[in-house]
Amino acid sequence: MNETLRNDAWLAAPILLPLLTALIASLLPDRARVRASLAGATATFVASAAVIAGVVRGGPGRHHLGGWGAPLGIDLYADGLTALMLAMTAVLGAAISVYATGYFHTARERRCFWPLWFVLWTGLNALFLTADLFNFYVTLEVVGLSAVALVAMEGGPLALTAAARYLFVAMMGSLVYMGGVALIYSQYGVLDLTLLHGRLGVGPVGRAALALMVVGLLAKTAVFPLHLWLPPAHSSAPAPVSAALSGLVVKGSFYILLRTSFSSFADSALAAIGPFLGVLGGLAVLWGSLQALTQDRLKLMVAYSTVAQIGYLFLLFPVAMPGAGDAAWQSKAYIAGIFHALSHAAAKGAMFMAAGAILHAVGRDDKNSLRGLGEKLPVATSAFAVAGVSIMALPPSGGFIAKWMMLVAAVRTGQWWWAPLMIGGGLLAAAYIFRMVKFMFFQPPASAAELHPIPRRLEFTALALALTALALGLASVYPLAVAAIGAPFPSNWFTESF
Amino acid sequence: MTSFDSLLPLLVLMTSLVTAVIIFALGEDRIRARTFVNLLGAVAKLALVGYMIWGLSQGRLFETRWPFMPQLDFVLRADSMTILFSTLSAGLWLLTTIYAIGYLEGSPNRRRFFGYFSLCVTSTMGISLAGNLITFFVFYELLTLTTYPLVVHRGTEKAVRAGSMYLRYTLAGSASMLAGMLWLYVIAGPFDFRAAGVLAPLGDSHRPQLIAIFALLVGGLGVKAAIVPLHKWLPTAMVAPAPVSALLHAVAVVKAGAFGIVRVVYDVYGAELARDLGVLTPLAAFAAITILYGSLRALAQDDFKRRLAFSTVSQVSYITLGVSLFGPMATMGGLVHLVHQGIMKITMFFAAGNAAEALGVHKISELDGVGRRLPGTMASFTIAALGMIGVPPLAGFVSKWYLGWGAAEAGQYWALGVLAASSLLNAAYFLPILYRAWFKPQRHPWPHEHPHSGRLEISWWLLFPPVATAALVLIAGLFAGHPFSPLSWVQIITRQEYPAPGLSD
Repeated sequence: MNETLRNDAWLAAPILLPLLTALIASLLPDRARVRASLAGATATFVASAAVIAGVVRGGPGRHHLGGWGAPLGIDLYADGLTALMLAMTAVLGAAISVYATGYFHTARERRCFWPLWFVLWTGLNALFLTADLFNFYVTLEVVGLSAVALVAMEGGPLALTAAARYLFVAMMGSLVYMGGVALIYSQYGVLDLTLLHGRLGVGPVGRAALALMVVGLLAKTAVFPLHLWLPPAHSSAPAPVSAALSGLVVKGSFYILLRTSFSSFADSALAAIGPFLGVLGGLAVLWGSLQALTQDRLKLMVAYSTVAQIGYLFLLFPVAMPGAGDAAWQSKAYIAGIFHALSHAAAKGAMFMAAGAILHAVGRDDKNSLRGLGEKLPVATSAFAVAGVSIMALPPSGGFIAKWMMLVAAVRTGQWWWAPLMIGGGLLAAAYIFRMVKFMFFQPPASAAELHPIPRRLEFTALALALTALALGLASVYPLAVAAIGAPFPSNWFTESF
Repeated sequence: MTSFDSLLPLLVLMTSLVTAVIIFALGEDRIRARTFVNLLGAVAKLALVGYMIWGLSQGRLFETRWPFMPQLDFVLRADSMTILFSTLSAGLWLLTTIYAIGYLEGSPNRRRFFGYFSLCVTSTMGISLAGNLITFFVFYELLTLTTYPLVVHRGTEKAVRAGSMYLRYTLAGSASMLAGMLWLYVIAGPFDFRAAGVLAPLGDSHRPQLIAIFALLVGGLGVKAAIVPLHKWLPTAMVAPAPVSALLHAVAVVKAGAFGIVRVVYDVYGAELARDLGVLTPLAAFAAITILYGSLRALAQDDFKRRLAFSTVSQVSYITLGVSLFGPMATMGGLVHLVHQGIMKITMFFAAGNAAEALGVHKISELDGVGRRLPGTMASFTIAALGMIGVPPLAGFVSKWYLGWGAAEAGQYWALGVLAASSLLNAAYFLPILYRAWFKPQRHPWPHEHPHSGRLEISWWLLFPPVATAALVLIAGLFAGHPFSPLSWVQIITRQEYPAPGLSD
């Protein structure tokens, strides 16, 4: 990152458009609200695409909001990583918007959902486009609070309890993170990532600051053992919200950790926390998978699967950290981690949507109520199964590509012990997914009761996302090439031969 | 023209992939449209494979390649090994489709069945066309996933349990294969399959690693190839409908495993390196044990399909045995059995399916007098059974002749003993069936006879496929010396795998 980057005024659009939509959607009457929301979603999608196109064509870009530069004003920054995160949010966001038009029955639900959803989208885009530690805090709060409100909107005792726990963890996480940021400010007097480049985590105060920052972010990302709040929150929320929470929100705090660690941490600090993060990730894979294996409710199973999948993200830190080995392989691990985040967003979004469709049609989602659905809801169950292929990391899905690259990078950097964990984790995922899928193949159904009719949109949106996860596996080279734009690694990794 | 040549392997895959997509999109009750699309897809695939054979004999190169990951390509390429397996798959897909249309008439969930059936064939074709290990692995896994719904198709408690067992075995196998592939990739980088192997330069420096990798790869492939002790899923999977058993046991799953072993030994390691590493002898021992164990277990079965399943366990390991006895003759015997076992076994499953469908007969002990009631079916079965035993001039004799010759050539005389013993055992469990069917009078009324009106013993859809495959068994044996016989193809392949002169014709 340097000061001679191109100025790109488009960078503000993916933030301002959803914000505007949220305002409009909160003022309009019911029917117009949905229409305006869909228009806003489309506009946001297009704006994100414009930013991505700018990065792909012209490399990383910067924009000073209101004409003030760092360290005073708000700086927006976009490189390949930002572009991919925006793409992930735009694709899943568009799918969630379409899905939500068919999911909510009452005007009250719609009145709650649409404005909050666009505030959440605003927060996410702003988070991915920002480049200083204080703005990370602000955007993280916007994301966290709107997410909590969306969990609570169901209003039942389960949802309210889950939302309360979520709120508590989200607030504590932000506070702890903010404490770290305050310490950093007191020591360096700047919070911009570029200006802090490679300086964080040196000396006793620096180390304390970094520890606070990281712990806050780990709690928000729900990394084992700070994951306890996630399954109830993600499983009791309405399906479109669950998809956003598992697919996007946890990626937000993960993104901050990824961004800061490879651009602003001192090498010694990163080398110190890398193995620690890897161990937490490994434990998350095992614990989340084993918990998923014992769940009898479909949505809880999917939520625990998220705990495990978050674990894989953290395996990139020990492999990509400085001193782990040859830079080409470190960068592969870094990019594999980003790619895993994308694949997981598509696959997990599809799974929650399929589970929501089933819940609406059957009225329950315990495993026995899945009997016979393979025939009665073929599209939703297929979407669940196809998404499952990516979660199990079987080819030809995006999940497989991410896992393979991560495996190669781990072995190449001499850390072969992550390989059995990753391969074993894949088998565990297959076990908990097929445990549910097998019930869908049972004939005859558990009860003779007719299914409630559901809009076809619910099933087909889920299927489209599941197929997106597969497509990522067949066309991985394009997103991977984008990920390398502005990456904190030598750029020759892509063409490197060995 | 070159652009077409680089698309052809993809087109071969697409014929069944598009068929699957259309079938899923059509409603459950669009029977005529589904039948038409299905047969059209199968015929188109056969025509394309035929064109590919012709083109290959003209020395053209058919290769589809695109980047799968940075530095790792997705490669579909037609080589002579491909032709062996893809001709078998394409031909038997057409026949099995015809059979399945007749067999499943009036039963529920046919859309799902035919959809996954086409996907299953797509995976099989992908396996045959895969030009490197990672592409092979992609389709190998797809095959696992697409056959699962076929195994659990009936939706009974028993079927779902069999499906879970199948998944446990095959997914554990893939994990082992993935580990082996990863390790190989790390020490050797990316490479394509090449006749006579790729790894010879690493033979001295990485000896222990290469042995361990071989064990991981073949261990993973051995699950699908049903090598003892990894075979248990196969007899259990017999709960599936007869056309599935026919496809699983003659073409798709077990052959995918066997074909994978062939690829690893010849086109990754190379026969000479494999011999020098000392990995062939243990493999031969496993194959021999499997041949004898499968036959012994088959003897004890009364359930018709289970007896055929254990016979499959035994017969598929002939291929592995041929591969693991170093030498061109044994290689020819093993490879030719890939085709021969396929056409013989599928005939038997068709026949068993007809006995179950027309008469409700599922047990060997109920077969008395069935030859009079289903003459065409049982005549086909008889030809296949005699072929399995190794009676000249049928296909199975050709396989055993070359295997025996290869064993003698390699100085592995114990393998001759295994071949002789297994032929005796084949006779011991197939001849009683023939005896019951033809020479014993019918004692009881059939358990569950389907009334069938028509001049034939059973509907044309069900009678034509076994008669056709039985004719192939006969032709493959009688015309083994003809330039277009499986044996001639195998000769061409063997010449490429053993570059040194040593092939006496």
